[in-house]
Amino acid sequence: MATKITPGEAYGFFTDTSVCIGCKACEVACKQWNQLPANDHGFLGESLDNTGNLDGQTWRHVKIIDNVPDETMGAGDGKAFLLMSDVCKHCEHASCMDVCPTGAIIRTEFDTVFIQEDVCNGCRNCISACPYKVIDIDAAHNVARKCTLCYDRLQGGMQPACAQACPTDSIQFGPLSELRETASKREADLHAQGIKEANLYGHDDKVYGGLHAFFLLMDKPETYGLPNAKNAVLPQRNNLGGYLGGAVTAVLGIFAAVIALRERRRGERETPEPPDGGQG
Amino acid sequence: MPLAAAEHFVRAPEWTWYVLFYFFLAGLAGGCYFIATLLRYWGTPGDEPVARLGFYVALPATLICPILLTLDLKKPLAFWHMLVNTTPGEFGLNFNSRTPMSVGVWALLIASVFALVSFVDALARDGRLRHPLARRLTAVLDGSAGKAWSVVGSALYLFIAGYTGVLLAVSNQPVWSDTWALGGLFLASGLSGSAALLLLLTHYRRGTEPSRGFLEIGERLFAALELALLVVLLLTLLGDGTLDTALAFPWLLLWLVALAGMLPGLRGLAVGGLRATAAGGAASQRTVAWAVGPSLVLIGVLALRAAVIFSAQA
Repeated sequence: MATKITPGEAYGFFTDTSVCIGCKACEVACKQWNQLPANDHGFLGESLDNTGNLDGQTWRHVKIIDNVPDETMGAGDGKAFLLMSDVCKHCEHASCMDVCPTGAIIRTEFDTVFIQEDVCNGCRNCISACPYKVIDIDAAHNVARKCTLCYDRLQGGMQPACAQACPTDSIQFGPLSELRETASKREADLHAQGIKEANLYGHDDKVYGGLHAFFLLMDKPETYGLPNAKNAVLPQRNNLGGYLGGAVTAVLGIFAAVIALRERRRGERETPEPPDGGQG
Repeated sequence: MPLAAAEHFVRAPEWTWYVLFYFFLAGLAGGCYFIATLLRYWGTPGDEPVARLGFYVALPATLICPILLTLDLKKPLAFWHMLVNTTPGEFGLNFNSRTPMSVGVWALLIASVFALVSFVDALARDGRLRHPLARRLTAVLDGSAGKAWSVVGSALYLFIAGYTGVLLAVSNQPVWSDTWALGGLFLASGLSGSAALLLLLTHYRRGTEPSRGFLEIGERLFAALELALLVVLLLTLLGDGTLDTALAFPWLLLWLVALAGMLPGLRGLAVGGLRATAAGGAASQRTVAWAVGPSLVLIGVLALRAAVIFSAQA
């Protein structure tokens, strides 16, 4: 069913990993719509996944996490795959926006996080801040790039390409409030079926004030390479401690310098002046 | 294994050589300007040659900094976007107090004005610049106006020497974001390196002998402060579970070189306490042996920053 897209309303993704089949149609659709080049055809040898990571030219990535104990069997009786179509989380409290010195990273009228490529100067401060390994420099454009939540498509009233391409509705697009309702219902259904490991990640404000691209996971967030709620902290947490540490050191440094001056004078009083110690 | 206090799955920003040398020069520029101010206004008349030396070092070191920063950008021609917001419809000056990168760019810009004025003033006082405007500047800066000018400049420069550590900490990068001690450590290391650099340079300028004792004792105390902060840094990393990352091979070698850079000062403190040696206070001849200590300190200052920068991004 088509979603009416209205500027001023918050939109996002709900990715239900329990129905992801790892087809990577989302990756292909994203690359096609956003005109991103294909990845090198290398062989990573790590899992069935050959894409590796999200990066400056891969804005959707189906993670394939293997060798996970299969919870539906007895402990140690089987192994399972976890599949998850990863993407920028469009955090409510976005670490990247927090540290951007150029104002290139903004919130759009759809409450998504967007990098203005013509404003970005490639300082990479956002890369060291993003706790999801999402942002990267696109070597072709020399600016930081990531998922735009298909900003151009939203402006044209179309849903993002990845959500449209997903054959199992693992990626759902819509107004955040509706998506959260859908997600809660899905989690409750899975729990009722005995699938207790199903858990929602980022649907509430515990992780970066709420993620606009949130997930239903089948294991702990850390297994998917996502920081848990305890570790979801903003870079700015270190401003106060860092500056305070510097200020205390500055005071101690001044104190040390004053001591050095005083001790030097004391030494001069105790030692006779050398005969050629004048100015040049 | 228990989770680190802030376990993230972050990508390295690939800040490497340009950033390393920027951090190094920012530390030295900051320390030299501060020491120059202290010697001119709180030292003796005999300290004036070294005070001028400090101002002579601060300006070129400061001017190289933005060049390095610009070269490090992926779009160097857009360097001015740090200062001016080019978002359509939102044209104006950029300042983001939440990120030390933005605060630091402005501090560097403003401090460079202080460095330029102090540099020109030093040239005029040395008689190397005889332009009437320079003489007028010197006249204006005589007395309390000059003191106020240099004190404000010193505050800015102490900030510049240390904020680079805070810049790293305000991230989600392992090691960098797991400690609050980096700003202080970089500042203490910058002060130590500046005292060593000026001590080294006193052998290339006549009349600097009276200040050598101060520089020598100062370097020892700054090294002790640096060591204390290094211990704090390692303890905070231990507490957050990222000490292994920081000390992994080959970065451990850089940490050892950084530690070796503190040894001349710490050894001087252990052996001579707060008394200047005869060599530091009175020697006037340039000897290779005498230059070893200060050179080692400077190599240590560089190695410390390299250890911090590279170990977290490995």
